[in-house]
Amino acid sequence: MDAITSQQVTFKIFRFNEETDYLPFYNTYTLNVTHEEVVLDILNRIKWDHDGSLSYRRSCRHGICGICSIKINGKAILACKSRLFDLIKIFGTDLTIEPLSTKRVIKDLIIDKKDFWEKHAHVNPYLVSDIEETPASEHLVSPHDAEKLNEADYCIQCGACHYSCPALAINEQFIGPAAFAAAFRFSADVRDEGVLERLHIVNQEAQGVWDCVKCMECAEVCPKEVNPIEKITKLHNMIFEAHIAKNNVATRHAVGFAHSIAKHGLLDEGELVRYSEGNIGVLKHVPVALKMFSKGKIVLPWNMPKADKLDEIKKLIKSSSTVKF
Amino acid sequence: MKKLKYALFTGCTAKESTPEQMMSTLAVAKKLGIELVELTEASCCGASHLQDYDDFLSLVLNARNIAYAEKHGLTMVTICNTCQLNTAMTKHRLDHNADLKAKVNAKLGEVGLEYKGTSQITHFLYAIIDDFGLDAIKKMVVKPLSQFNIAPFYGCHNIRPSELQNETHKGHENPYNPTSLDDLIIACGGVSVDYVEKNKCCGFHAELQAPRTAAVLTGNAVAGAMDANADWMVTPCPLCHLKLDTQTHHASLAIGRDVSLPVLHMQQMVGLALGCTSEELGLKHHVTKVDFL
Ligand code: SF4
Ligand code: SF4
Ligand code: SF4
Ligand code: SF4
Ligand code: FES
Repeated sequence: MDAITSQQVTFKIFRFNEETDYLPFYNTYTLNVTHEEVVLDILNRIKWDHDGSLSYRRSCRHGICGICSIKINGKAILACKSRLFDLIKIFGTDLTIEPLSTKRVIKDLIIDKKDFWEKHAHVNPYLVSDIEETPASEHLVSPHDAEKLNEADYCIQCGACHYSCPALAINEQFIGPAAFAAAFRFSADVRDEGVLERLHIVNQEAQGVWDCVKCMECAEVCPKEVNPIEKITKLHNMIFEAHIAKNNVATRHAVGFAHSIAKHGLLDEGELVRYSEGNIGVLKHVPVALKMFSKGKIVLPWNMPKADKLDEIKKLIKSSSTVKF
Repeated sequence: MKKLKYALFTGCTAKESTPEQMMSTLAVAKKLGIELVELTEASCCGASHLQDYDDFLSLVLNARNIAYAEKHGLTMVTICNTCQLNTAMTKHRLDHNADLKAKVNAKLGEVGLEYKGTSQITHFLYAIIDDFGLDAIKKMVVKPLSQFNIAPFYGCHNIRPSELQNETHKGHENPYNPTSLDDLIIACGGVSVDYVEKNKCCGFHAELQAPRTAAVLTGNAVAGAMDANADWMVTPCPLCHLKLDTQTHHASLAIGRDVSLPVLHMQQMVGLALGCTSEELGLKHHVTKVDFL
């Protein structure tokens, strides 16, 4: 067995109690931690040995209930799953422990996840299926069909992605990565008959998949490797495949790439903006475009560079395209 | 040291809206004695949007680009974070899924190409750091950047998802506390500035679809760098550069505060330290004037 090794770590812990405090503050503790300890062990030690009023949520202690998620130096983690030594490797020995969202604090590390659950409920996160109440046999799903869920069903609703998503932090209507993953999970289920309705929900402007900024944080942060952005991409694909993609700036922006590549091999940046925005919408970009032009940053249509072997690219686009808009 | 040689995937921006990125890449490569073979046959990578429309087509086109690097028997270097992500993601998916690889190769076969999976893919930033080496750079610095506080802006797609990062870079950079660009700033003699937004998103990819979100993200990034006393910012990604350099007017309106800083491409920063001229580095192509020289 490995010898127990330990390190001294300074923890700064976010504290706030709505009933007694005007402003949040931080308590600092310097503790020796061992290579076996996870963050939850430290929270317990602080609560049991130093300050019984420290409040946080925990239940399963096995990374399965999803209740213990908090942030350490800005990284959302499950307290019961994250080893201190791994965190020290990333951040060193000064660690700041905060709630997932300081805006939503009830007490200390406990937040109100109301918006998370509302978003979740909004995507019809259940099977929609017209089945008999007393079926004669089970509705079995083959292993092959089960694979289509792509591990979206591993989500434990911990909220780590939801409260790390920059698009959501700015646009409160945005449904967010966890709920998108749930929308995909049920839409990809062969027993489900509610796909179209769900796709309409995630296809809406402002709340839907189109407002994702593609920062990849949800893929990085998820403790269950659900990879929500991958599911978001699949929802995009399903929207096009179901022929419900609206003709708007977001869809044209995606399709515009195919047009441009078919013509030049490369992206025609100016044409992409014009095609996406339309002839009128494009006008709002004129001031920036003029500045860019004056700095030699705009290639005029007749000077548009082309990839070599363009015929090869054209041929592949013809033979490999799988959708139409 | 053995002469370093790579297949260069320029991406589209280098040929269009960021000519200075192409100029400075070539200037720095020349100074460092790195040979870059340009993949002139390469197509656009789809910038993470083509795949939303047609995922398979995006895979085929990216696999084709990689196949050309393989033909040269060279590691592919990218000079755009998003090119890096799309290309490395394609490689990751094909290398881990024999069925998918076969399907893609059936298409590539029609034009006499094959994706084998033999070429590595890395961003020029990591090629410089991992292969050329920071110590070697340090020795070549003739005009250290010691008078400047420089804010590194990493750009999402070089650092997330780290799954790809570990495959393609030896650096094993952690997306929650990246260090490569800081190290490079220091190697160039500059002072690297720490701020919360350095590993956050600039919003580029949603600029048309979600203009307010995109503008706030840009505003926050520049404001963060300004509050940390940065004289200028540096980024390895031309898309981040476009956003931070050309969109500060919208960003300022969105966050209700005037923000603006000169932003250099990573290559321009290295170029300055190595003694390249402003002309060679294309500094005149910036919308936010590079006013410190
Ligand atoms: S990739 Fe999209 S959904 Fe995921 S965290 Fe970023 S903005 Fe949010
Ligand atoms: S997708 Fe992952 S990070 Fe998001 S709520 Fe589910 S388990 Fe948590
Ligand atoms: S990411 Fe941008 S620069 Fe890179 S190939 Fe795609 S469109 Fe071109
Ligand atoms: S930082 Fe900006 S340009 Fe870079 S990857 Fe994120 S959105 Fe794209
Ligand atoms: S306590 Fe249940 S996931 Fe951590």
